[in-house]
Amino acid sequence: MTDLAVAVPEPIAGRSLWGNAWARLKRNRAAMFSLYYLAFISVISVFGPMVVPHEYTTIYGDYVRMPPSLSAYPKPDMIQGALTDAIKRMRADIKEWHQDGNRVIVTVTSTKPIDDRNIRYLDRSDAFDDTRIENKSPDGREVTMSSAVKQQYFFFGTDNTGRDLLSRTLMAGRISLAIGLLAGVVAGVIGVIYGATAGFAGGRVDEVMMRIVDVLYSLPFIFFVIMLVVFFGRNFVLMFLAVGAVLWLDMARIVRGQALSIRRQEYVQAAEAMGVGQRGILLRHVIPNLLGPVVIYMTLLVPQVIILESFLSFLGLGVQEPMTSWGVLISVGAKNIGYANWLLLFPAFFLVSTLFALNFVGDGLRDALDPKDR
Amino acid sequence: MLRYVFRRLLTAIPTLFVIVTVAFFLIRVAPGGPFNQERGLSPEIRANLEAQFGLNDPLWLQYVHYLGNLLRGSFGPSYNLPDFTVTELFAKGLPISVQLGTSALVLALLLGSILGTIAALNQNKLADYSVIALATAGSTIPTFVIAPVIQLVFGLSWKLLPIGGWGDGALINKVGPVLTLALPQIAIVARLMRGSMIESLRSHHIRTARALGLSDWSVVVKHALRGAVLPIVSFTGPAAAALLTGSIIVETIFSIPGVGRYFVDAALNRDYTLVMGTVVVIALFTIVFNLIVDLLYAVVDPRVRYD
Repeated sequence: MTDLAVAVPEPIAGRSLWGNAWARLKRNRAAMFSLYYLAFISVISVFGPMVVPHEYTTIYGDYVRMPPSLSAYPKPDMIQGALTDAIKRMRADIKEWHQDGNRVIVTVTSTKPIDDRNIRYLDRSDAFDDTRIENKSPDGREVTMSSAVKQQYFFFGTDNTGRDLLSRTLMAGRISLAIGLLAGVVAGVIGVIYGATAGFAGGRVDEVMMRIVDVLYSLPFIFFVIMLVVFFGRNFVLMFLAVGAVLWLDMARIVRGQALSIRRQEYVQAAEAMGVGQRGILLRHVIPNLLGPVVIYMTLLVPQVIILESFLSFLGLGVQEPMTSWGVLISVGAKNIGYANWLLLFPAFFLVSTLFALNFVGDGLRDALDPKDR
Repeated sequence: MLRYVFRRLLTAIPTLFVIVTVAFFLIRVAPGGPFNQERGLSPEIRANLEAQFGLNDPLWLQYVHYLGNLLRGSFGPSYNLPDFTVTELFAKGLPISVQLGTSALVLALLLGSILGTIAALNQNKLADYSVIALATAGSTIPTFVIAPVIQLVFGLSWKLLPIGGWGDGALINKVGPVLTLALPQIAIVARLMRGSMIESLRSHHIRTARALGLSDWSVVVKHALRGAVLPIVSFTGPAAAALLTGSIIVETIFSIPGVGRYFVDAALNRDYTLVMGTVVVIALFTIVFNLIVDLLYAVVDPRVRYD
C-alpha cells in the first residue's frame, strides 16, 4: 500500500464524449452481441453467395423441394429412382445395377442397339456425373456403364423449382440489407438537410417547411407507397429510392427539433458572445451534437425500410424473380407451409434475427449517446 | 358537448375534401387505365366502356361528377368487378374486417393493459423482463412472419385451427387472424401501459392512497389506472382506424374476404372508384375514431372539458 502514495501520478488523458459513448456501448452486452451478429450476417450475405457451391438461380430439376439436410444428396435410397428416370429417357431398361464405392455401375438392355451418345442422359441427371461406357455387347443392345454419384449439399433444402435455399437466402440478405441501407441513407440525407435547414432558418421558413411535413404525414402511408409502385412500376432500385424519399419525414422532425434546441443552448450563446461566426458554431457545436440523434434514428430507419421492402415483395410489388429478397422468400414460404416449411423458417429466421439485432443496436446507441434519456 | 361534436364533424368536411381531391388526381396522374390490362378487349369495346363510364370527359368534369355522386352517397360502380358497385363491395367486406379488427383491438387493449400493469408493479423483476421481451418481439416480428408461423404451428402441427378461410364467420376461423392482428398491438399497449403506470404510481395521490391504508388492488385499479390509461386512449384512435379497415397481409394469408386487399388491388388495376372509395372509408374511420378518442379523454380525465 505504501508504494501507492509515492507513485508519480500519470497525467490523466481526457476521454472524448465519443469515447465515453463507445465505452458505454461496449458495456451493453445485447447491443455488442447484435453488432457482431449484424457484421456476421453482412459478411455471409455479401461473400456467401460466392462461396456456396450453388448459384442462386441454378435449377436442379431432380431435387425439387428437398428438405434441409447435413448429408449429401442424392440419398442412398434416391439413387434407384434417379437411375430409373435417366435410363427411361434413354429408352432402355435396367438389367442390373450396383454401387461400387463412389460409382454406380449399371447394365441396361434395349430392343434396338444403344447409341454411345445416349450416356449423356445419365450425365444430365443432377445425381450423376462423369459417365463412361465400361462394356458393350456385340449386338449393341446391352451396355454396361459406370457413373460417378455427384455429391451435392443442400443445407437449407431446395425450393419449389429445385433451387438451393441456402444460396437464395444469402442472396436475399444481400438485397434486403442493400435496400435497407440505400433507402435508409436516402431518407436520412433528405431528412437531415430538410430538418437542419428548417431548424436553422427558423421563423417563417421553418413554419412553412414544417406545415409541408405535416400535410405529407396526414396522407395514409400505404397510399403513398402504392402510388410509388404504380408510378415506378417494377424497377425496384428506383422504387426504393422513392420509398427512401418518403421515409424522411421523421428524420426531418427530429433533426429540426434538435437544431432548434441546440441553437438555444448556453454554450452556443457563449460562443456567439465570443464572436464565433455562424460557420464555426455550425461545425464546432451544432453538427457534432446533431450526429447522435441522427445515428440513433438511422439504425431504426434501416429495419423500417427492410420491413417495408419485405412487405412490398410479399405483395408481389417489390423485388421480382429470379432476383430475391427475404420478403420474396417468406412470401413463397408462406404459400408452401403445408409441405415445405423450411421455405418459410430459414428466411423468416434471418429476417427476424436481423431486425432484432438492428433494434438492439439502436437501443444501445440511444443509451450510449444520450445518457439523460435512460 | 354536442356542440363540440357538431363543430368537430364540420371541420372534418374540409379535411375530407382535401384528401378526396389529392387522391383523385394522384390516381389519375398514374399511367394506364382501368381497361388497359384486360385481355382480348378490342379497341372499340374499350372505347365504348370508357365512354360509358365517362372516362373520356375532361378530368375536371369527371372530378365534379365524382364529387356530386359522393355527396349523394354513391361511390360509383367498380370498374374491374363490373357487377358490383363500390358500396356493395364495402357492404360485403367491411363487416368482416370490422369484426376481426374490433376483436383484435379489444384483445390488445385488455391483454396489453394487464401485461403492462404487471410489468409496472414488478419493475426490474422477472415478470417485468418477460413483458419487455414479449413487447420487443411483438413489435419487431413483422405480421407477414407471425401469420404463417401461426398457421404452421396451430394449423398444421397441432391441428387446432383451420389454416385459413372465413368459414362464414365461424369462431375458430377468426382465432388466427385476430391473434396475428393483435400481437403487435399488444406489444405497443403493454409498453405504453408499463411506462404510464410507473409514472402514475409515483404520483402524490397514490402515495396518499397508500398512506390511507388502501389495498394494493384498490390503489392500482381505482386510482393509478385512471391516470395511466390516457396514453392508451390516444393510441386507440389511429389504431382502431387502421385495424377496422382491414389488413392486407392478414386477409391475404388467411384468405379472408375483407376489405384489406381492395386498396392495393384497386390501385394496381386503376379501379379508380374503388381506390377513391377505400380512401374515403379510411379517412372517415380515422376522423370518427379520433373524435371518439377526444370525447373519451373528457370521460377519463375530468380536467379535459369541451365547452
